[in-house]
Amino acid sequence: MQVKLRIRRFDRERAPEPYWSEYEVEAEATDRVLDLMHSVKWYQDGTLTFRRSCAHGVCGSDAMLINGRNRLACKVLVKELGKRISIEPLRGFPVVKDLVVDQQAFFRKFESVQPYLVAPEPPPARERQQSPEARERFDDTTKCILCGACTTACPSFWSNPDYLGPAAIVNAHRFLFDDRDTGQEARLQVLNERDGVWRCRTIFNCVEACPRGIDITRAIGEVKKALLLRRT
Amino acid sequence: MAATYHQFEVVVVGAGGAGLMAALNLRGRDVAVLSKLYPVRSHTGAAQGGIGAALGNMEEDHWEWHMFDTVKGGDYLTDQDAAEILVRESIETVLELEHWGLPFSRTPDGKIAQRPFGGHTREFGKAPVRRSCYAADRTGHMILQTLYQQCIRHQVKFFNEFLVLELLVDSGRVAGVVALSIADGSLHVFHAKAVLFATGGCGRIYQITSNAHALTGDGMAVAWRAGVPLEDMEFFQFHPTGIYRLGILITEAARGEGGKLINGRGERFMEKYAPTLGDLAPRDIISRCIYLELRQGHGINGKWYVHLDLTHLGRDVIESKLPDITDFVRTYLGLDPVKEPIPVQPTAHYAMGGIPTDIWGRVVVDEKNRVLPGFYAAGECACVSVHGANRLGTNSLVDILVFGRRAGRDIVRYVSENDFPSLPPRSEENAEQWLARLRAAGNGSGGRRTSVAELRDTLQREMMDKASVFRDQKLLAEMDEILRELQQRYQEVTIQDRGRVFNTDLVEALELGFLLDCAQTVVAGALARQESRGAHSREDFPKRDDQNWLKHSLAYRTPGGQIELKYKSVSITRFQPQERKY
Repeated sequence: MQVKLRIRRFDRERAPEPYWSEYEVEAEATDRVLDLMHSVKWYQDGTLTFRRSCAHGVCGSDAMLINGRNRLACKVLVKELGKRISIEPLRGFPVVKDLVVDQQAFFRKFESVQPYLVAPEPPPARERQQSPEARERFDDTTKCILCGACTTACPSFWSNPDYLGPAAIVNAHRFLFDDRDTGQEARLQVLNERDGVWRCRTIFNCVEACPRGIDITRAIGEVKKALLLRRT
Repeated sequence: MAATYHQFEVVVVGAGGAGLMAALNLRGRDVAVLSKLYPVRSHTGAAQGGIGAALGNMEEDHWEWHMFDTVKGGDYLTDQDAAEILVRESIETVLELEHWGLPFSRTPDGKIAQRPFGGHTREFGKAPVRRSCYAADRTGHMILQTLYQQCIRHQVKFFNEFLVLELLVDSGRVAGVVALSIADGSLHVFHAKAVLFATGGCGRIYQITSNAHALTGDGMAVAWRAGVPLEDMEFFQFHPTGIYRLGILITEAARGEGGKLINGRGERFMEKYAPTLGDLAPRDIISRCIYLELRQGHGINGKWYVHLDLTHLGRDVIESKLPDITDFVRTYLGLDPVKEPIPVQPTAHYAMGGIPTDIWGRVVVDEKNRVLPGFYAAGECACVSVHGANRLGTNSLVDILVFGRRAGRDIVRYVSENDFPSLPPRSEENAEQWLARLRAAGNGSGGRRTSVAELRDTLQREMMDKASVFRDQKLLAEMDEILRELQQRYQEVTIQDRGRVFNTDLVEALELGFLLDCAQTVVAGALARQESRGAHSREDFPKRDDQNWLKHSLAYRTPGGQIELKYKSVSITRFQPQERKY
């Protein structure tokens, strides 16, 4: 079938303002949007610019706004979208070129929640023991691939770019609920700050956006609860 | 635009498992990590089924058994001194990862869970053993995340989206690299005492591959152009279970958990070829058997695939132990592996060959293993050789971590003992000219346009047909000829994007050059090697020939761009070569 792609472009070397390009591409229903973008880049317009690598939804390179929703271009198929597909860069990050956005601030926020195991006691000679139940407690948030789809779908982030955002909170959750970790206090302090977890208004856009199916709003709720319990 | 100069004691190129592991072992030194991707985008994150270590958490196991399996799996081309290090150090490596917080799946009593994997056996081949330590089917993701988390903790310095173009060598010592900053198109010269390449594989030389688009053999080709040979490039592993037509990997853990391979006649055909291990035979063997079945018309409905059947495992096992591949199959094939079998075909997966190194990750450049001072390599781009002619499942994750760490540690020694080498004058000149040519090519010349995509399509399609699972003299010679022609046409390749900022058109053109070089070494090695061993299967020479071919190949680039092959001996310590049956 013929699919019409409408892609939001920006190249500061060519024009000061963003513009739209339209392409007709021959596609099958089971093609990924990424396949269509490659078809444009390789056979029609080599200037079309986007990031991608694994092409099956695990590396997190190609999150973008596709028909109004944040998705990975390699994880959404034509049959889910129909014959008219619009593609824009993630909202709320500075655009570098076309669909490539600047993620530096996003990664700095991720780093600010101390996303690593804090366990100052010397480890045992073998592995630390952890029950399957304790492991399951934080399983959902270990799946995050830091693609940025959740944070850039969040109205609270759009209105306040200083908000930590769902992705950073998800990664804090991954350690807060790991029974091997003892770094809760420092992490909770960051989350409790003005632009921390309380900016979340439970809008659920993040859950809908997550290509890994993480129940993000629930994780954020659990972090809020941990903060409330800590106060008492 | 003038190049920007930087100076670091150590430059690590690549931010997958091997690069990050090395960087963590270089804590406290002056280190820059360059990656052409963003952090956590590296392909280590796509590894699924597990990391092999004889922890013995589920049943008796010993590193000697793991070593035997690795050597036999590699069809005795494995260097046994290196394999012994691999399997012994895998145990402490897995424990170290756990101590760094890696969320392994657990046994009911809280230990790291383990499962069976292809070619991993107890008592030297008697039956499958549970050795693969896993985190569901996301083990690579967890490893990459855990290592990156530790890098944040230790404030490792990253240069993201920097593509390395050239290795700088001065008076027989490595002196740094030249890299392109993709973000703004600027050139950067990194002056260093030591350089580690951890740039991954080159699976994109083939049409059907599990490899990410990024895996274009950059480090291998850059080293090769600098005069370093590439070792054992003719050995390229095809993983038996890629999703039909897409090549997306379905982990061997699916069979480790009990999944079955079934042909179009409803037969579990692997029982015929490998009576003891069946569906858990090593990958090279299963891929060949699938091709044999397909050629006999035993594909499903006469098509070029067989079935991987998980339906008997039940929803709970499938969704809890194999959640990601379940998601892939549902997303990309629109079918539910709980209810229906999965169409699979062999997919290009792993380069056993690469930049030759010793057991400390030091790059060695001749038959006598002479070290090129200051140059290190680890991971898939390197060849230690722990995988020999065919890698066992789980051993790539072991390799990147064990040898990433050893390289890091040896670099600490090296940089404390040595001063900075002198930097060649105008180090960026070659890269500058090369980029200028690519950026200008086709401009008003009136000549015919040669597109990157067209050449790459031809390369990938022809390699799949002529130099994949089965090979012979005629097909390889044809491929060799095609590669010569592609190399010629590459000289006049044109790009459409003339910009500086984030020019991925330019990046793809550079990557195509790397792919062509890698493919050339694969084909040259395969053409010369007149035997069948591991993943290299010559239909005109179907037997392994230890008399003449129990040796590693070294492919050198001659000044005229041709290939010269030399050979070096295999280290054999504990296990004498014997017939390989499963």
